[in-house]
Amino acid sequence: MDMRVAVGGLMLQNPVMPASGTFGEEMAQVIDLNALGALVTKSVTPLPRMGNRSPRVAETMAGMLNSVGIQGKGITAFVRDTVPFYREFQSPLVVSVSADTADEFADLASSATVPGVAALEVNISCPNLEDDGRSYAMDPVQTRRVLEKVRAATRLPLWAKLTPNTGALTEVAQAAEAAGADALVVANTILAMAIDVETRKPKIGNVMGGLSGPAIKPIIVRMVYQTARAVRIPIIGCGGIASGNDALEYLLAGASAVQVGTYNFVQPTAMLTIIAEMEAYATRHGVTRIADLIGAAQQM
Amino acid sequence: MGAVSTVRSMNDVRKAAMRELPERETRGFSESASGGMRGQSESLAQIGGVLFNQQVSTRYWHLAVSAPTAAAACAPGQFFYLRCGDDGEPLLRRPMSVYQIHRERGELHFLYAVKGVGTTRLAQLRTGDSLDMVGPLGHGFTLHPDWRGVLLVARGVGLATLGPVAAAANRMGIRVTAVLSAQTERDVLSESYMRSCGACTLVVTDDAGTSGVAAMRELVANILASEPIDALFTCGSQRLTALLQEMAAERGLPGQAALEEPMGCGLGVCYCCVRPFARKEGIEQLRVCRDGPVFPLAEVITR
Repeated sequence: MDMRVAVGGLMLQNPVMPASGTFGEEMAQVIDLNALGALVTKSVTPLPRMGNRSPRVAETMAGMLNSVGIQGKGITAFVRDTVPFYREFQSPLVVSVSADTADEFADLASSATVPGVAALEVNISCPNLEDDGRSYAMDPVQTRRVLEKVRAATRLPLWAKLTPNTGALTEVAQAAEAAGADALVVANTILAMAIDVETRKPKIGNVMGGLSGPAIKPIIVRMVYQTARAVRIPIIGCGGIASGNDALEYLLAGASAVQVGTYNFVQPTAMLTIIAEMEAYATRHGVTRIADLIGAAQQM
Repeated sequence: MGAVSTVRSMNDVRKAAMRELPERETRGFSESASGGMRGQSESLAQIGGVLFNQQVSTRYWHLAVSAPTAAAACAPGQFFYLRCGDDGEPLLRRPMSVYQIHRERGELHFLYAVKGVGTTRLAQLRTGDSLDMVGPLGHGFTLHPDWRGVLLVARGVGLATLGPVAAAANRMGIRVTAVLSAQTERDVLSESYMRSCGACTLVVTDDAGTSGVAAMRELVANILASEPIDALFTCGSQRLTALLQEMAAERGLPGQAALEEPMGCGLGVCYCCVRPFARKEGIEQLRVCRDGPVFPLAEVITR
């Protein structure tokens, strides 16, 4: 069974990788990282960040809301401590980068371009960072502006992580492609809210948060389907994947690879199960190359 | 308290304890992690066999699981991340501290109050069912072999978390005094277990009007004045934590507190369970799942 897929400048041994923010060095205690298609870090920022106030997580029906606020130690500590840890693994390392301005994004991309990093995922979509949850990827002009600066700052393959919180998804996707993105990650979490009726207060300290988990899968599958028709670069599907069939749905909709996020919390070994289930499906259906399934559900 | 001539920082105590304790007392997940992150795959994600799951009072349930590998690895204060339903409801696991560790029988026991959808599903487990568990996770309690006595003060479901501390202290020859606080006498479920571990227990309840801050202050002050107590341990109440912080600081005593917080991953990757702590270097945002759930008492910022 040939599970390899080509994604944004990289050839992956299989299409399954973690979603940024749901994965870290600690996962090496639970699963064999060499079994994954790629390793995707939590977003790294130019400077250390304290993150948002608690509570940062709330459970909803078949999903979860989070507003962590990209707590982290910043790029200097990341390059010094985190990149060397991942060099011991064969799976390519994709570093997610996030900054507040286009120039900071470019500087950050340059600082993250070090040996051991295979690609950058440009997080232009985190809904928690800007006022009222706005982000670069809500707007095609802003998307093109920031990605052109990042493109000029590094030779690494660039994956642009898009937001579902826009009415201009395909235009944003095309803007990212025009700016030189090598692949698109569709998508980040859906801006959402939950209220505790007993306390009459929002369940999340930051009031709004990003919704993820099985609840959002049909929405993001639709977005992958639409985006795949609008651009020629590969798409990585991300949203509510819990099983091999979920991952296959994304491939059939037009994704070349998938990211598993929330379900890593539910079942830390989920990505390994998903890879095995995809292989079993391919065998059952006489598919010799998993890549042959990409976009198979697209209606001409 | 004159016998405690110097106050060690918790880090010193932790380091000293790790050097001197018998191996079984120090095999925390986080501590072993420093020795190498790989090579322990599969050991954290495991299936336990339910031995019994009984309602033991109006609100509390006692769950016993056969899980020899996990029991052998588990230190007091560590927790397990339990899958409560396999049909996606609830979606997330629930963190649960361990009430009793029986290594010789390969058993872990949990004591929980049925509150929401997760614990309601957990209460449906029957003898012979399997329980999907990840753990042991986090930093547990540290006991120093030189200590003569420790005082445990806990409330409600926090009583369960201190059960293994009483057992471990007893094995190390450290005298245990425990103040157990609850709404009613019937909710003080860990008293008999604590007593079986050799602890001297005192029960205070809302019903009897003995659990208020003023009464607790007097009770704890009397204990500290009359017994050789070298450290304080607490879990389950912000109010009690604040009181003990104050009393420990006045007397130069070290302490440890186990905290609870809603979690995402349980492993330390998602930063969902972070709270602020007052450390020497200033306020730090630490993960309850990975940096805790047990923290130095003085560093906890109560809310």
